[in-house]
Amino acid sequence: MQKIRTYLGIEIKYPKTAFFELSSCEGCQLQILNKEATLLNFLDLVEIVNFREVMSNRSNDYEIAFVEGSVTRADEVTQLLEIRQQAKTLVALGSCACFGGVNQLKNRFQNLEWVKKEVYGNHPIETQEVRPLSDFVTVDFSIYGCPVKKEEVEEIVTNLVLGKSIEHPRYPVCMECTANGNICLFNLGEPCLGPVTRAGCDAWCPNNRMGCWGCRGPADDANLRQLQKIMDDHNIPRQAMFDRLECFGGFTSAMKEMDR
Amino acid sequence: MLFKVFPENALEILYDVLAPYPLVGPQAKGKDREDKDIFVFDYINSFAELRLDFPTTIHSVKKFLLPSRENLCTFNLFDGDWEKYVDFNIYKPHVFFGLHPCDINALNKLDKVLTGPVYPDPFYSSKRKNMFIIGVNCNPQSWCFCKSMGADTVYSGFDMFLTDLGDKYFVEILSATAYDILTQLPIADPSEADHRRFIELMDERNRNFVCQVDSSDLTKILDLEFQSPVWQEWGDRCMSCGSCASVCPTCYCYGVKEYVDLDLTTATKQRQLYSCNLIDFAMVAGGHNFRPDSPSRLKYRYYHKHRGFQEAYEEALCVGCGRCGQACLADITVPDVIDSVRRQKVPK
Repeated sequence: MQKIRTYLGIEIKYPKTAFFELSSCEGCQLQILNKEATLLNFLDLVEIVNFREVMSNRSNDYEIAFVEGSVTRADEVTQLLEIRQQAKTLVALGSCACFGGVNQLKNRFQNLEWVKKEVYGNHPIETQEVRPLSDFVTVDFSIYGCPVKKEEVEEIVTNLVLGKSIEHPRYPVCMECTANGNICLFNLGEPCLGPVTRAGCDAWCPNNRMGCWGCRGPADDANLRQLQKIMDDHNIPRQAMFDRLECFGGFTSAMKEMDR
Repeated sequence: MLFKVFPENALEILYDVLAPYPLVGPQAKGKDREDKDIFVFDYINSFAELRLDFPTTIHSVKKFLLPSRENLCTFNLFDGDWEKYVDFNIYKPHVFFGLHPCDINALNKLDKVLTGPVYPDPFYSSKRKNMFIIGVNCNPQSWCFCKSMGADTVYSGFDMFLTDLGDKYFVEILSATAYDILTQLPIADPSEADHRRFIELMDERNRNFVCQVDSSDLTKILDLEFQSPVWQEWGDRCMSCGSCASVCPTCYCYGVKEYVDLDLTTATKQRQLYSCNLIDFAMVAGGHNFRPDSPSRLKYRYYHKHRGFQEAYEEALCVGCGRCGQACLADITVPDVIDSVRRQKVPK
């Protein structure tokens, strides 16, 4: 049905690809459909067999699974295990899947029963502690961001199809922000997690004069101790810094060694 | 060298003569927390935007010669075959209006590496050869240590150089193009009084340099202090974020990567400026990292700039503009680091 496609004379297969969502806003999947200039090329790169947000066909025959969202219910664990069993490559798509995302903010409360009552009242609903995919299954690789950056997804999927290795920047957002010629937000008196957050977003928020909230999680070897000093030196309240570090869940383990 | 003067208000004529070209100069881009203007080099669209009274810019003009990302070539891919296209990414000569001596000296240093006889870089060279540079004298800031680096004055690498004498500009002319352009202005030979005024102003400027780095015997001291504990202390502070290299007018290290486009029929080879402070700078195939910890990376930054380059070119790869220290959120500045190596004590 599809034409034979080659890259430098070598035949390239159209991998069967499925998209799934657990607890999330489905914004990362929407982001993939958002960039219309390249959408057709993107859809042509893989054979999509499952994508609830855009098509009604369903198939359980796929090689690559993109899973958005975090795990908050028992049935999601079952679904995730099934996806893992089928997929040759399982990709965690977006901050919820990678770290728990905004959803995991509720884990801060000691009493999750109280949270449930506060949010849902007497409505019968099942919800448990929010966990990233990697707590239950092996994740082959992650695409960070809230939402994911389309250009980065395109590059990663292209490399996946061609069998090239997939690399994320290991350095912090500052590198991309200064390369873009921005004025440092600390200079303007705003807090920013750029010095500790993994780059790859091209400093999306700081380019628009919004301090980074760390949605992509920590850069390799992020220096959180020094970040604390920088915030203090710029008279930014500790709580403002912790609010940001906690927001997407990427810094949960790194924060354990910081003093409150 | 040829010297002329022209009246203060003739500066706008000079601007108008050059305005048909893409013209880069200092302009105010925002305010800092103390409500002071923050300056950058960018394209100037009207004379009023050009602010020759700028103290310094947060970024250098490097981005116009060595962009943070630059396409080196593109490929068209056919069945089993490919074609390559190279573009040096310069389509018009550029005017740089208002570079301080340190920034011109920085270009001269980059030239030694990137336009040298062995491995000239055509992407840099093509842009460099299509620059018309108007230098302008500066007022030293509290963090500038260009004098210690011998970069406070500049003798080459520009077309003309302006010094504001108050009611007129004193201009040093270094190229025939510059002279031809100046003939469109009411220029005159400088009088004896102009000479005096120029020398007085230079003396006054010299007295205003407050920040210093003692660079005597520095290559030897760095050799001796390779194992010094101060590197550990500075490294513990470093965020490994590369901001220092981004704003540095002389940092030129880069990596090259190939990107295949979504339709698999075109591809791009792109270079990205990199920083020796980034965690994977010294990572090689197979995953081994020669400098996995931040103290060793920060140390090598200093060893390249103040020892290796000094030994290769008899000058440091640093003009003392102080931008790195200003950009560093962890307050790591060149004068403090070099001083600490001498004294074995890191300031808190």
